Amino acid sequence: MSFLKNSELHEGGIIREAGNAHDYQTGDWRTFVPQFVEENCIHCMFCWIYCPDSAIDIDTSGDKPKMKGIILDHCKGCGICATECPPAKKGKAALVMVREEK
Amino acid sequence: MAVNLKQLTQHEELLTGGHRACAGCTGSNILRQIMLTAGQNTVVGGATGCMEVVTTIFPYTAWRTSFIHSAFENCAATVSGAETAYRALKKRGDLPREETGRKNFIAFGGDGGTYDIGLQSLSGAMERGHNMVYVCYDNEAYMNTGIQRSSATPLGAFTSTAPAGKVKQGKEQNRKDLTKIMVAHNIPYVAQTTPFHWKDLATKVEKALAVDGPAFLNILMPCPVGWHFDTAIGMQLAKEAVESNFWPLFEVENGVYKINQKPKERSPMENWMKQQGRFKHLFRPGNEAILENIQTYVDEQWEKLLKLEEMTAK
Ligand SMILES: Cc1ncc(C[n+]2csc(CCOP(=O)(O)OP(=O)(O)O)c2C)c(N)n1
Ligand code: SF4
Ligand code: SF4
Repeated sequence: MSFLKNSELHEGGIIREAGNAHDYQTGDWRTFVPQFVEENCIHCMFCWIYCPDSAIDIDTSGDKPKMKGIILDHCKGCGICATECPPAKKGKAALVMVREEK
Repeated sequence: MAVNLKQLTQHEELLTGGHRACAGCTGSNILRQIMLTAGQNTVVGGATGCMEVVTTIFPYTAWRTSFIHSAFENCAATVSGAETAYRALKKRGDLPREETGRKNFIAFGGDGGTYDIGLQSLSGAMERGHNMVYVCYDNEAYMNTGIQRSSATPLGAFTSTAPAGKVKQGKEQNRKDLTKIMVAHNIPYVAQTTPFHWKDLATKVEKALAVDGPAFLNILMPCPVGWHFDTAIGMQLAKEAVESNFWPLFEVENGVYKINQKPKERSPMENWMKQQGRFKHLFRPGNEAILENIQTYVDEQWEKLLKLEEMTAK
C-alpha cells in the first residue's frame, strides 16, 4: 500500500470513505482455508452469521438465502465456520479446513 | 418480534471484512451482529481497545456508518454528547428533514474500558438518561496491550500482570459483576448475552435500541489470543460459558429479572476451563482448592440470580 502525504490527510484524521477497509486484503494471513462442499450444504446460514470477517458470500436474491462460497480476500482461515457447520456433526461437512497451497 | 437468520441476511452488512482483528476473534463478529440489527441510521463510538483499533487502522475504516474514535476512559461521555447534540439540533430545526428520523447511538468498549477505566463516564451517561446503548464486549482482560488483568478477569486466569508460577496461580480475585452494577442504575434495560446466541443477541439489541432511555449490554467475547485456544472454537466456548452458568443469559427490564436460558444440568466449570490455556496451571497437582472455589462461586452466583428472578417476578 502507499502511504498518504501530510497534505492529503483530512483534518482530525477523518476517514471520509466509510467501509474502505473492504479494499484491504487479509486473505494472505491464512494457513488453512475452508473448502466448500456444496452438495452437503443445507444453506442454514450458520457459517454466515458466525464469521468474524464477513467472509461468507451469500445470495439473497431468491426466496431463501443461499451460501455461495468464501470471500478469499478477507477470510483469515480461523475455522469457526467449519466448526459451526451443522452437517459436519453428521459426518457430511459442507466446510472442510485444508492447508492452503501458496 | 421473532428474529430469524433469513431476515438478518436481508439486512445491510455494516462492518466490512478487511479489518485487522486476529483470526478467530469473536469480538468483530459481535460488532457485525449488532450492526446487522441496528442498521445504517446509527452513530457508533468506540473506546480504545482491540475492537476500535482493528476496525479503524488509518487510513481504513471497516465501518459503513458514522464512527467516532473515543479515548479509553470516556466513550460513554462522547456518545452521550453526540446524542444530546443531535436532539438539540433537531429541536432548533437545524437539521435537513431527511436527517430528523430515528437515530441509534451506540457506544462500545472492552472490559478494561468499561469495568475499569470508563466506569465513571459510563455511570454518568446512564444516570443522565441518554437515549443510547452501551455495549461492553467482555474478553476478560486488556487484550490490545498484551493481556493484562482487569476487574473482569475471572479467578485463577493467567494474565501478564497476574501470572502463574511457583508463588502465584493467576488472578487472586473474583470478577466484578458489572451487569448488576448497571442494574443498580435503574435504567430501563440491562442484559447479558454472547455471539454464539445470535437470536438472543439480536433480540436484545432490538430491545435495547427500542427503549426510551439508556440500555446496557454485556457480551462475553472469547479471545483466542488472551484465553489461549484454537481459533476455530471461540463460538463453542461462548456456548459452553452459558451451559456452565459461568455467563448466564439474562435480561433486566425495568427492574424485572428474566433468565433466558436455564441449563437442565449445568456442565462443570472444569470442562470449559480445560479448553483454555489461561487456566492450564490450575490442573496441576496442588491447585484443586482453587478449582473448587471457582465452581462454588459460579454456583452461588447462579443461585442468587434465580432468587432475583423470583423476587422481581410480577
Ligand atoms: C488512558 C489510557 N491508558 C492506557 C492506554 C493504552 N491502552 C490502549 S488499548 C488498552 C487495552 C484495552 O483493553 P480493553 O478495554 O479490555 O479492550 P481489549 O483490548 O481487550 O479489546 C490500553 C491499556 C490508553 N489508550 N489510554
Ligand atoms: S475460516 Fe473464519 S474467516 Fe474464513 S470464512 Fe470461515 S469463519 Fe470466516
Ligand atoms: S487480541 Fe483478542 S480481542 Fe484483540 S483482536 Fe485479537 S482475538 Fe480479538
